[in-house]
Amino acid sequence: MNEKKDIIVVNELTKKFGNFTAVDHISFEVRQGEIFGFLGANGAGKTTAMKILCGLSLPTSGGGTVNGYDLSRDQEKIKRNIGYMSQKFSLYSDLKVWENIRLFGGIYRLSGKSIKEKSDAMLRYLNMTDLKDELVGDLPLGWKQKLAFSIAMIHNPSIVFLDEPTGGVDPETRRLFWDLIYEAAESGTTIFVTTHYMDEAEYCDRVSIMVDGVIADLDAPAALKQRYQAADMDTVFRQLAYQAKRE
Amino acid sequence: MIEAIKVENVSKHYGACVALDHISLGVQPGEIYGLIGPDGAGKTTLFRILVTLLLPDNGKALVEGLDVARDYMAIRRNIGYMPGRFSLYQDLTVAENLDFFATMFGTSVAENYQNIKEIYAQIEPFRDRRAGQLSGGMKQKLALCCALVHRPSVLFLDEPTTGVDAVSRKDFWNMLYRIRKAGVTILVSTPYMDEASLCDRISLIQKGRIIKTGTPEEIVAQYPHRLFGVSGNPAYPLLKFLRRSPNVLRCFSFGSEHHVAVSPGQTGREDLLKQIQDAGFRNVTVREINPNIEDCFMELAKEEGQKS
Repeated sequence: MNEKKDIIVVNELTKKFGNFTAVDHISFEVRQGEIFGFLGANGAGKTTAMKILCGLSLPTSGGGTVNGYDLSRDQEKIKRNIGYMSQKFSLYSDLKVWENIRLFGGIYRLSGKSIKEKSDAMLRYLNMTDLKDELVGDLPLGWKQKLAFSIAMIHNPSIVFLDEPTGGVDPETRRLFWDLIYEAAESGTTIFVTTHYMDEAEYCDRVSIMVDGVIADLDAPAALKQRYQAADMDTVFRQLAYQAKRE
Repeated sequence: MIEAIKVENVSKHYGACVALDHISLGVQPGEIYGLIGPDGAGKTTLFRILVTLLLPDNGKALVEGLDVARDYMAIRRNIGYMPGRFSLYQDLTVAENLDFFATMFGTSVAENYQNIKEIYAQIEPFRDRRAGQLSGGMKQKLALCCALVHRPSVLFLDEPTTGVDAVSRKDFWNMLYRIRKAGVTILVSTPYMDEASLCDRISLIQKGRIIKTGTPEEIVAQYPHRLFGVSGNPAYPLLKFLRRSPNVLRCFSFGSEHHVAVSPGQTGREDLLKQIQDAGFRNVTVREINPNIEDCFMELAKEEGQKS
């Protein structure tokens, strides 16, 4: 039934800070090409888990692989092979659009020729060719987010991590941003996304919900709604998150 | 009765950037008034003007009849303000923060304990913990206590729930209802459209302009199109198909459904269903639905864009 390979495999992953267990023996897989929603209340351990998956933090015990690279041993290879975008940090405001593209292309060791080609194609796809000499800080938030997403994929990663990519964005732009996510997923890129908008949870192929450091449940949105007899994902989320004990 | 907040024709520029463009609104005493709009709409600028931290370029703003430019000292004594980012001293404890804010307003925690009791009780077990060590939800509760400790009559909350999860947001709104019960007027801003329906009245704001004001029910009732909730597989190709369809005015995803706007009298439910099924989509359902605030916001933002 599962003909696609798993791009993320996590096994009993645990992270402790002193005597506080932020992530408590979580295990799950993310399939190649799926949109995977990683949800949880504030303080449930999402950010900690995501940092480990991006090669920015080491597990205390347990482990796993991202794109075949080991979370404990191959951190540098993981960083090189994934895309990452967050709402808080993504682009340099005081650099121009094309300068940002060149910077990130260089960081991912693309050749000058390849950066030029990618840059042209990206700006055409985003309808931003006329804006390439603008400072990123002067762009409307929606454009910035779209550009940041495309730049996060400049090195053709097989998986891209999106950390609350649409926070504070206006409703239409938020949906146009999801069009980009769908397009990327259709072309085979795996999307790992966190969000506080529960309607966006419905757009995911599968969703996991973390509560107090463990994965309280994981399934397709339709299956979760049926299991919790809920009309929408917001209700599912609340039912699970209200069980949280730790503050 | 004097309006709790009155804004008349207020504009504010930062260099060439127009942050507020002739804004007017009025807030009645004792209501929860929502300022709903995305980042960069001008919400924080309007808050700063109302709490007397920034002067408008032109127009007039009054808080309980007092002028923000002339009577700023009197206004500051009567209001509570919870800014979007910084409002607590990270290296002071919970109790110290609260004491500090009480003292600043010439009062004491003991004197006003009743006023904050319900919220403070939830964080009192952590009274000796530094604010910087609190979780997001607890920080938010402490900030709210600090803004309430001097018994303000008007409370300004600038994006109190941004980045806060769905459960904590719900709790926070329940606290706001209790505060309203005590007679406090609340102006609250949020980028989350679903919070609009929790307010008594709202203004939708985008690019420095108010594009609509009213009760959430009034705004929803004025939505000009017929709206259908459509689901089917595969979902994303269905979205693209609907957008290309000649009778469809707008189509956006809303969770598990696409919201499809058509002109009243143009396309019925049966037509739409047949069209979609004929195109080969599976598990298709089409139902007529009422718009929500987010539908209205997108519609109004579009109209506003066509005007300018």
